[in-house]
Amino acid sequence: MDAFLSLLHGFEVLLTVSNLGYMLLGILFGVLLGFLPGVGGANGIAILLPLTFSMPPTTAIIMLAAIYWGALFGGCISAILFNIPGEPWSVATTFDGHPLAKQGRAGEALTASLSSSFIGALIATIVLTFLAPIVAKFALKFGPPEFFSVYLLTFCSFVGMGRQSPFKVISAMMLGFAFASVGTDEITGGLRLTFGTEVLLTGFHFLIAVIGLFGIGEILVTIEKGLHFEGQSSKINPFIVWQTWKKLPQYWVTIIRGTAVGVWLGVTPGGATPASFMSYGLAKRFSKNGSKFGTGQLEGVVAPETAAHAAGTSALLPMLTLGIPGSPTAAVLLGGLLIWGLDPGPLLFVEHKDFVWGLIASIYLGNLVGLFVVLSTVPLWASIMKIPFAIIAPIIIVICGIGSYTLSNAPADLVFMVMFGVIGYLFKKLDYPLAPMVLAIVLGGRTENSFRQAMLGSQGDLSIFWSNGLVGSITALSMVMLFWPAITWLYRRLR
Amino acid sequence: MAEGHDHESQGEHGKPVVSYRTMNIAVSVMLMIVAMIVMVASYRLGAGWAKDVGPDSGYFPFYVSLIMFVTSGVTLLQHLLMRHREGERVFLHYREMMMVLQVLVPTLIFVVLSIYIGIYISMALFIAFFMMWHGRYPWYKALPAAVAVPVVLFVLFEIWFLVPLPKGPFEAWLGY
Repeated sequence: MDAFLSLLHGFEVLLTVSNLGYMLLGILFGVLLGFLPGVGGANGIAILLPLTFSMPPTTAIIMLAAIYWGALFGGCISAILFNIPGEPWSVATTFDGHPLAKQGRAGEALTASLSSSFIGALIATIVLTFLAPIVAKFALKFGPPEFFSVYLLTFCSFVGMGRQSPFKVISAMMLGFAFASVGTDEITGGLRLTFGTEVLLTGFHFLIAVIGLFGIGEILVTIEKGLHFEGQSSKINPFIVWQTWKKLPQYWVTIIRGTAVGVWLGVTPGGATPASFMSYGLAKRFSKNGSKFGTGQLEGVVAPETAAHAAGTSALLPMLTLGIPGSPTAAVLLGGLLIWGLDPGPLLFVEHKDFVWGLIASIYLGNLVGLFVVLSTVPLWASIMKIPFAIIAPIIIVICGIGSYTLSNAPADLVFMVMFGVIGYLFKKLDYPLAPMVLAIVLGGRTENSFRQAMLGSQGDLSIFWSNGLVGSITALSMVMLFWPAITWLYRRLR
Repeated sequence: MAEGHDHESQGEHGKPVVSYRTMNIAVSVMLMIVAMIVMVASYRLGAGWAKDVGPDSGYFPFYVSLIMFVTSGVTLLQHLLMRHREGERVFLHYREMMMVLQVLVPTLIFVVLSIYIGIYISMALFIAFFMMWHGRYPWYKALPAAVAVPVVLFVLFEIWFLVPLPKGPFEAWLGY
């Protein structure tokens, strides 16, 4: 009941002309980013973040979060019409979405995908609304050892649940931590790892890393394939939408399963991309029409989209309550919170109620508005896709450059951006995961501080991480996650 | 989009330049070198227990890079010992490499130029160059885009948002 009243209060905060205007702007911008290959939510939000420094934080987060919803919606348009996933989480949507478009059923595919995204997001938001305050209340009791163990669990989960080589996952993550260490040591105030240079005094800002890794790196990967777009017609009208909506209820099992997978992988830092693949895989295995998947089944569009959107939304739960983002885009939002002077974590629910509940209310409204805005503007986006990449690519690069520079007016950041771009390109092609690296850059300082404070408290005794039931079980779970690849490997060997 | 091609036909991409195995080895060696540099720097800073501070400034980066050194070492060994056929998958063909360089090199030049002559002139040059070289557009099509984008962004950032971007002699001559 408490949560419900708070939510009403959130709507009160949200419903001002400027907040709604910025929300709409964010959605439109997000769709554009989401559906253009080469730019996405994470790096779009990173580029726009510096422009929000002068806004009230609530308005800023509403706009940036709206970009996130827009990007989640936008990814499927290019996936279905052009067979080009605008975002990594829409890769699974191309499997059945594009064949549908080829059969002239693009309108159905788009309606199904956008509507199921909406349902996934809606359920995840309801979970967020009622679960977040409980988690936050619980987390208020956390001290440094508990926080460190939660960070440990976050990072170990990447090892346990990643599809990539566990060694590559750890290498990428540790590189992120190393980047995060450069500059001023927050505890002693001394400098470290600056190698006597001036440009490294302030360290590597994670936004530069995000813009480079996801923006420039993505462009390099995209251009290598020599993209040329061959679009299918995007006929869509209210009749097609209505007809498709009537079909959707028969996929309720797929929808619920997709949402459950999404919420789970969003809260634990798996993120939208693995969620969409897992949901598609499960639907393929359990559906009556499973063998026909890949030839243009609506169910094959519904499954990944519900999961992706549910994961994207529920990724905000650990970010708001514990200060741990469940996805790279949530990591960028978390960075925004830090810049606006808010401390993400359980205290947010006590000290900044307007902010939290305004944001949660905006998720409900943003997704609803997003659904209708995107459904009615599909042809517009499809026509933008006809602008050749040779024009779009340099403009995206220029905008990435501007975003990097405006962050702290440091010319060196531009060079770092290109450096991160090259790292992003190599890592992407060699299957080093970028998400744990970005998370390590964002959370490096907080992880280190909680570790050092815990150590100082226990006078260097590592057993503090097993000192009570709570911290002990989280640490134990982390170890299971960390050694999960080894456990499964041994199990297979012994059989 | 002059160079659209099917990803499956290998011949079109030109000669293979480098294999996944080689790139994996190169990247893991680079990560090990970075790890070593960070380890040495952190060790000098103090990677142990400091009085009243607890774990010293270098403690965390030292162990982080130690782990990175070990895991990258394992990746290196995995690819060194890899059976040949699997590892010789082509990482880059000649054509693909040229495409990537055609973006990367101009981007680097754009970035360095904007530090010296301002971002607006650099982006005009960059967009014109990119369209004419990569997209094979005639100059009379590239020019309007190359002028329009900086002008729009100038109005947006310098006048509307009042966010200063790097400027050079040309903007100074205009009075900014």
